[in-house]
Amino acid sequence: MNANLTSALDSRLLALADDELILAHRDSEWTGHAPMIEEDIALANIAQDELGHATLWYAILCDLRKQPDEHTDQLVYFRDAADWRNAQLLELPIGDWAFTMLRQFLFDQFEWVLLPALTKSSHTAVTQAAAKVLREEIYHTRHSTAWVRRLGQGTAESHRRMQTALDVQWPLANQLFVPMLGDEALVAAGIWPDMAPLQQQWLAKVGEMLAECGLIAPASAATRVSRASHTEHLTALLADMQSVARLDPQADW
Amino acid sequence: MTQATDITPKLAEFEARIGRGEKIEPGDWMPDDYRKQLIRMISQHAHSEIVGMLPEGNYITRAPSLRRKMVLIAKVQDEGGHGQYLYHAAETLGISRDEMEQALLAGKAKYSSIFNYPTLNWADIGMIGWLVDGAAIKNQTMLAHCSYGPYSRAMVRICAEETFHQRQGKEMIVKYAQGTPNQRQMAQDALNRWWWPVLMMFGPHDSDSPNSEVLRRWGVKTQSNDTVRQLFLDEVVPELMAIGLQIPDPQLHFDAENKHWKHGPIDWAHFWQVVKGNGPMNKERLAARNQAHDNGAWVRDAVTAYASRK
Repeated sequence: MNANLTSALDSRLLALADDELILAHRDSEWTGHAPMIEEDIALANIAQDELGHATLWYAILCDLRKQPDEHTDQLVYFRDAADWRNAQLLELPIGDWAFTMLRQFLFDQFEWVLLPALTKSSHTAVTQAAAKVLREEIYHTRHSTAWVRRLGQGTAESHRRMQTALDVQWPLANQLFVPMLGDEALVAAGIWPDMAPLQQQWLAKVGEMLAECGLIAPASAATRVSRASHTEHLTALLADMQSVARLDPQADW
Repeated sequence: MTQATDITPKLAEFEARIGRGEKIEPGDWMPDDYRKQLIRMISQHAHSEIVGMLPEGNYITRAPSLRRKMVLIAKVQDEGGHGQYLYHAAETLGISRDEMEQALLAGKAKYSSIFNYPTLNWADIGMIGWLVDGAAIKNQTMLAHCSYGPYSRAMVRICAEETFHQRQGKEMIVKYAQGTPNQRQMAQDALNRWWWPVLMMFGPHDSDSPNSEVLRRWGVKTQSNDTVRQLFLDEVVPELMAIGLQIPDPQLHFDAENKHWKHGPIDWAHFWQVVKGNGPMNKERLAARNQAHDNGAWVRDAVTAYASRK
């Protein structure tokens, strides 16, 4: 693989791993505070899965950088906000249960179109990881789809809360598909899929569910900012997440 | 009168079954007091698991490596699972989960006082795993032999998972006690704060334990509070000393004649203060449970409304 391709794949892997990690972090905040014990358990499970997926993508990234696996903890605990590549959608605070479930649904649907394409990647490590992640995503998709239906069609209040969440999240969801430097070369080499047609598939799938629930996607302009751009919430999230590790950077935890 | 002559042979048969080591099952005849005591114990145990998610959950966002983060989420999730499982076990005695949850939220039900202490540094997570779960395992191993079938089976299953919890906690503390000066200081600080509350987990001394006599006769508690506390002490004292941590009890000593570790006096006045709701975190723990419940009300309403239309 030439230097341009390596650098482009590095960016894509980092973005995907960061997405999974930040979402796992937010979901895990519900543990002990969910609306019912069954959901404490379910969401803790999903958080562990997403954390596991993040670890898989970071591991491929470590290989690509010829770094040992411990490099992953360095990336997570000693990297400042400006160097993270997760979408802003995922770093927003958890909000209410509608906000968390809608975000999970939008991201699950993103993975649901991305992962099958990644299973056809010419890069073997990516193909294998995508197949593994896809098997677990079946359950996530089922869980978040069921919740969007229940809340979208439950009571007037649950519907209102879903619409409020959608108004905030819809423009930001576009950032999941925003192009990154070197994408064309990755697509040409069959390593990473073209994100534009995936976004059309995603819009169709998500649109069906919104229609079923009578939820209306706002007309406000979609976020076109790059994945290097963040909200102030990421800084706060990282300050908390990295606080113990940075107390003693030499320590093995 | 007819009722009394009716019940006495039943009670005799009930006690004879327990004497033979048989398990009592949900549909079986049992004295009202047995049912009441078990509902009290199992629901308190379930509440302890649910409230117990909070002190450790406090550090999920700050776990200092991805491996620790993963293990901690899984551990707190297990506690939720134990709570759910124990509520089911209590339901077999004719009380609903909703009634039990309402009693907790209203501050009428008790749960283990150990969860009314704060988690102040990351090593607390290891110390809770090692000592708090270790103490719980000692109690639960005893309860796995209890006469009520569903509780006994729940304890067998829960103990198996708690053993993993204890192992990961001990692994952390052993590592930190031998780690950097910061880590050693964290581990010592955690031990200083958790030691006495952990010893109190086994309950009052046998001479001051009002429920113990009848619970022993009916095979609910098969060992006394002091016996289980001694088992725990003899296990952990040498292990803590071996890794160079100082146990915060100047009177702690080895009784060579009886071959047991003996602790200094326990501050029972403090213990009863915490039981009565005046511990450092009682109000916050209940407030957190109430907040989760209140914030979830509209969610549960939506679930019911949606289900009723399908």
